[in-house]
Amino acid sequence: MKKKLGLMVTAMLTAGTILAGCGSSDDGKSSGGGEKKDFKVAMVTDTGGVDDKSFNQSAWEGLTKFGKDNSLEESKGYKYLQSTAQSDYKPNLNSLIRQKYDVVFGIGFLMGTDVETVAKQQPDAKLAIVDMVVKGDNVANITFSEHEGSFLVGLVAGMQSKSNKVGFVGGVNSELIKKFENGFKAGVLTANPKAEVLVQYAEDFNKAEKGQQIANTFYQQGADVIYHAAGGTGMGVFTEAKNRKKNGEDVWVIGVDRDQHEEGMPENVTLTSMVKRVDQAVYEVSEQAMNGKFPGGKIVEFGLKEDGVGIAPTQENVEEKSLQSVEDFKKKIIAGEVKVPKTDAEFEEFKKNLK
Amino acid sequence: MQNNTKKIKFIVPLISVFLGLLIGGIIMLISGYKPIEAYVALFQGIFGGSYYIGETIRQMSPLILSGLAVAFAFRTGLFNIGVEGQLLVGWLAAVYVGIFVDAPAIIHIPLAVLAAGVAGALWGSVPGILKARFKVHEVITTIMMNYIALYSTNEIIRNFMLAPGERTENVKESASLASPFLQSITEYSTLHFGIIVAIVAAVIMWFLLWRTTLGYELRAVGFNQHASQYAGINVSKNIVLSMAISGAFAGIAGSMEGLGTYQYMTINAGFTGVGFDGIAVALLGANSAIGVILGAALFGGLKIGALNMQAIAGVPTELVGVVIALIIFFVACSYLVHWLMNRVNRGGKI
Repeated sequence: MKKKLGLMVTAMLTAGTILAGCGSSDDGKSSGGGEKKDFKVAMVTDTGGVDDKSFNQSAWEGLTKFGKDNSLEESKGYKYLQSTAQSDYKPNLNSLIRQKYDVVFGIGFLMGTDVETVAKQQPDAKLAIVDMVVKGDNVANITFSEHEGSFLVGLVAGMQSKSNKVGFVGGVNSELIKKFENGFKAGVLTANPKAEVLVQYAEDFNKAEKGQQIANTFYQQGADVIYHAAGGTGMGVFTEAKNRKKNGEDVWVIGVDRDQHEEGMPENVTLTSMVKRVDQAVYEVSEQAMNGKFPGGKIVEFGLKEDGVGIAPTQENVEEKSLQSVEDFKKKIIAGEVKVPKTDAEFEEFKKNLK
Repeated sequence: MQNNTKKIKFIVPLISVFLGLLIGGIIMLISGYKPIEAYVALFQGIFGGSYYIGETIRQMSPLILSGLAVAFAFRTGLFNIGVEGQLLVGWLAAVYVGIFVDAPAIIHIPLAVLAAGVAGALWGSVPGILKARFKVHEVITTIMMNYIALYSTNEIIRNFMLAPGERTENVKESASLASPFLQSITEYSTLHFGIIVAIVAAVIMWFLLWRTTLGYELRAVGFNQHASQYAGINVSKNIVLSMAISGAFAGIAGSMEGLGTYQYMTINAGFTGVGFDGIAVALLGANSAIGVILGAALFGGLKIGALNMQAIAGVPTELVGVVIALIIFFVACSYLVHWLMNRVNRGGKI
């Protein structure tokens, strides 16, 4: 009896874990029609899956739009392969290359090494990687000008801060996150030269409690707007802001990567968000490749000009005059009149010129 | 009679697999996918060329080892649900030795694999000791040890071994099981030498269980603890030993990932699933060494073929997950299959 019971328990557990990885994948049917082209693009999601409400989903939206615009047929002309484990990355990339897809996108830096190896083994294939730079003449490296987007949300923070004190919470102190920090600081000071920016790094992307602690300190010191570029750690910033809002304090959070309006609900603490348009980037690179201009071996940076970064579409908490200023500076940055600093040295330079 | 039960032992998994595929096909039909096309893609994705065979074998290696781990403990009457955790600590140990030790390959590789085995054995022996001394049920402790392993290994990587990309550095060339030769003959699949380690481990398990006194004692404890005790077998010692050996197999499964497939360890957001699949592999293989290899082949094949099913026939991997789950379901229900077969047989006679 005990054995039978044990068998059932084990079977249930196993089935449970296998099924646990399953989500829904309801992809719309392709519209098709029009003239058919020979061009084929595909992407491999990381383990987040295609409906992760973040960059995988965004990339697939971009690819879908590209497919529709060029009357490609879904799952023949454009498609995605989902990875359920890290060991799936390489087989998935290889599978698409073997099916002769013209460009294969690896979404997310987690796939960096795999893209690099596959590119080396298949020199005729064209690959692209998002948010990472790897070696290889047949790999397009897609990066974003996060500092430009951060500058815009910095403007909003500078104009709408009542205490003239704002905060920045970074994930890990690295070249990438420094771009967020310096862009943001430059934006704040441009809008409000009297403002003070508090900066702290959590040294972790997945520690919500640490984010909450830092937010607590910042708000305590009088900051009323905090911008986070800290992934999961940033969730703690939202928690702290919501708690304070419940107690009647007037505090705000600025979200990152995508429109984080929802994370701020129901207390509505999200002022705005700095969005990275992965969909736009995927669309562009696909188009370049189709026109025979695949940027292999190059780093393609998507900034304001390419519509690769910007402020979130939800703008109910942003004042009219802030929006106006965002629009003004957007034009100036695109025109090259304002150069947003990326590094600490560039920021010091920027600050000097401001005075 | 003896012959007959052997036959049944062989037939039941086959019928189960068939039923799983059949019902999976029906589900695909209902969901609007083409089952025939999908199954063709599935089989092509397993056998259709050296690349796919290479990937299948690569997927098999850790599954064989995790299956052996479960099967070994099962022979002593223990359910080791903690293979996943033991695998993770083994993975970390292998990668640690692979990165921080300098040695020629002939020493480095065995050393790294051994380190993985020792780490897994230590991790596995904790529930063993708790079971032997305090009668704490091993199912609960092993499950909990999985979580401890997952988050501890993540923390260790984060604090001591972090490289860009949420992972450790690559292991040194001399510790790597990867082989450019195997990759080139399989059109750049990720095949590595791990399969040899896995098969050697299967032979060791068989030898240990069936050709040594220790194995005899272990199996005796599995059949009946009280009788074994009465016969003078140290039950406590055997329980700890069984869990430790089981854990060693699981740890070595981790080294397959660390030294072979990946060459590094990542900060895992969740379990790899290899350990849990091992339970099903052992079940499919009726807890015998050769059965585990066959079970792992089936499982590994299905997993790799699933990718092709997605790529060619457009069937979501989730659905393939359902098919695999159905197969396990029917194996677990082998009593049902037995019962059905008996009914049919008797029906024929009367």
